[in-house]
Amino acid sequence: MVLKEKSFSKKTIIALIILILGSSFLILSMAFSIAFGAANIDLATVWQSVTSFDAGRTEHQIIHRLRMPRAVAAALVGAGLAVSGAIMQGMTRNPLASPSIMGVTAGATFMIALALAFVTSLSSLGLMLAAFIGAGVGAGLVFGIGSLSRNGLTPVKLALAGSAITALLSSISSAIAIQFDVAKDLSFWYAGGVAGIQWANVTPIIPVVLIGLIIAFMISSSITVMSLGDDVATGLGQRTGLVKILGILAVLLLTGAAVSISGTIGFVGLVIPHITRFLVGTDYRWILPCSAVLGGLLLVLADIAGRMVNPPFETPVGAITALIGVPFFLYLARREGRGL
Amino acid sequence: MQKKIIRVKWVGSFLIIAILITFFASLSIGSSFISPVDVFKTLTGTGEFDLIIFDFRLPRIVIALLIGAGMAVSGAILQSATQNGLADPGILGINSGAGFAVILYIFFTQGISVSSPILSVFIMPLFALAGALTAASLIYLFAWKKSGVTPIRLILVGIGINAAFSALIIIFQLKMDPRTFTQATVWLSGNISGVDWIYVLSLLPWVSVFIPLAIFKSRYLNILGLGDAASIGLGVNVNRERKFLLFISVALAGSCVAAGGGIAFLGLVAPQLAKKLVGPRNEILIPTSALVGALLLLLSDMVSRALIAPAEIPVGLVVSALGAPYFIYLLIKS
Repeated sequence: MVLKEKSFSKKTIIALIILILGSSFLILSMAFSIAFGAANIDLATVWQSVTSFDAGRTEHQIIHRLRMPRAVAAALVGAGLAVSGAIMQGMTRNPLASPSIMGVTAGATFMIALALAFVTSLSSLGLMLAAFIGAGVGAGLVFGIGSLSRNGLTPVKLALAGSAITALLSSISSAIAIQFDVAKDLSFWYAGGVAGIQWANVTPIIPVVLIGLIIAFMISSSITVMSLGDDVATGLGQRTGLVKILGILAVLLLTGAAVSISGTIGFVGLVIPHITRFLVGTDYRWILPCSAVLGGLLLVLADIAGRMVNPPFETPVGAITALIGVPFFLYLARREGRGL
Repeated sequence: MQKKIIRVKWVGSFLIIAILITFFASLSIGSSFISPVDVFKTLTGTGEFDLIIFDFRLPRIVIALLIGAGMAVSGAILQSATQNGLADPGILGINSGAGFAVILYIFFTQGISVSSPILSVFIMPLFALAGALTAASLIYLFAWKKSGVTPIRLILVGIGINAAFSALIIIFQLKMDPRTFTQATVWLSGNISGVDWIYVLSLLPWVSVFIPLAIFKSRYLNILGLGDAASIGLGVNVNRERKFLLFISVALAGSCVAAGGGIAFLGLVAPQLAKKLVGPRNEILIPTSALVGALLLLLSDMVSRALIAPAEIPVGLVVSALGAPYFIYLLIKS
């Protein structure tokens, strides 16, 4: 018992370190992200532009108009995807659960394709709405298929159903894109990235992501209980139905917001929760905030890397996170039998 | 047994007749309709639609037949050799490995492939084969453990490899100039519009060598299906035969991708349907899969041309829109 107490407090200290150090690294990397670009701006100027903004200076204009929204968007998207991955993994007890594998992002992209094809002059709010609905449709289909099948919702079946739904929805979106000549607009969502984002895109998603995060943190202790299994959770007197609904709501808000501005960025929601769980243990009160910080950090860094790989071209963030995430996914797949 | 042979004969003749009917329908339907009578006249040398029939529609139809048969046999071997009904070169990432190699080739030889397109049509299958082999070896490497390769781990590893190659494809694709980019996108979706006889010639040797070889080796597939222990007991060099059969499968997938792009789900659906028709014996299953695959791709190609004529949907999209629900059905049932 004493030993357990000790290890618990050790994990708590690690979690606190991650939160403090991670946040400072996140802010630092965002500063770098702002400073780094076609025109290099030194960090002092970045700082000045925040503390004493001078509309007359071009550098300040660049920072405020182009670089800041991009860095903020990367942090928000990373945090949102990581937290929704963590919620999905905790609630379904499925180590492969994550927005991109479970068809959520493919659903959002599909609805965006429909919206681009059939709605003229789409506002960024409308785009976000389409992404929310699509995220819901994608997740609903995958979970529906998983639970329809004979032996129920095994992790592997969810992953397979997810990849089938992803293939189906993205082939229909491609057909729509080619037919209605929106392939160019849509290819941006496939590649996934935060380049060219402006405040007009970022502002509407800030409250959505915040609400999603607040809901997630509110139910975090319930998710810990649920990660022990539905029976245990019910036995401990938890209202699993309510928690599930809130969890799904949080996932849809976070993923929908993320996809609506950045497109398909895979593997953040898969990898970050695993790394976080490895570091801070099984308590979701720590896992969720730490995932948010680390997810934001990963995406800001991946975005910087995407600009550095092959300048002046931009390598899409989604491709970079996929290349980071795949080895990890393979490791999980190899462990199958124990973890799944 | 006697009954079974009769059934196989019936299924075989039905498939061949269906292919013939679709073949003629396919020659008539398109951006301009040519009546079947005129098609027949042109084919026998007395008609007036030589250009459309011989230069546009016929090569495309022949390539659909070849790719359909090749992909289906590739999938049939994969499914039997890994004892996994959900195996498919598209889902496992073998197609995207081949696609990545071809994208690399296009990327590094943009100038050359324009000046000598004929040469590049024949070189591309070799690159595709190298890419497909790389993907297959990676899958084997990661999925293999001392206890062997479990079906589920194989598919999970395949999904991962697929994601990695797709990411690499996007990275290189975005470095291309816009025109090549669009071409590559259409090609990657699985597209056989605008092929001419050179493509047929580049694919024909692969399909005509490897499909008979697969049929010749099919009895080993039956034995492998009994499990490793039984196969070794029957005196089969399990690893050698399995590797050779997988090589045939990968070579077929790679060369088909080089000619027609990533057509997913065909390698999954065709063998499954064939199995329903004639049962699991591979020496019958493999030729039947080839016929079913050829018929399916020919039909899908016709749909892709007719649906929004005069524009076209890449045929690969039609196939996955039809194949994914079937995959889901299999998943629910299994």
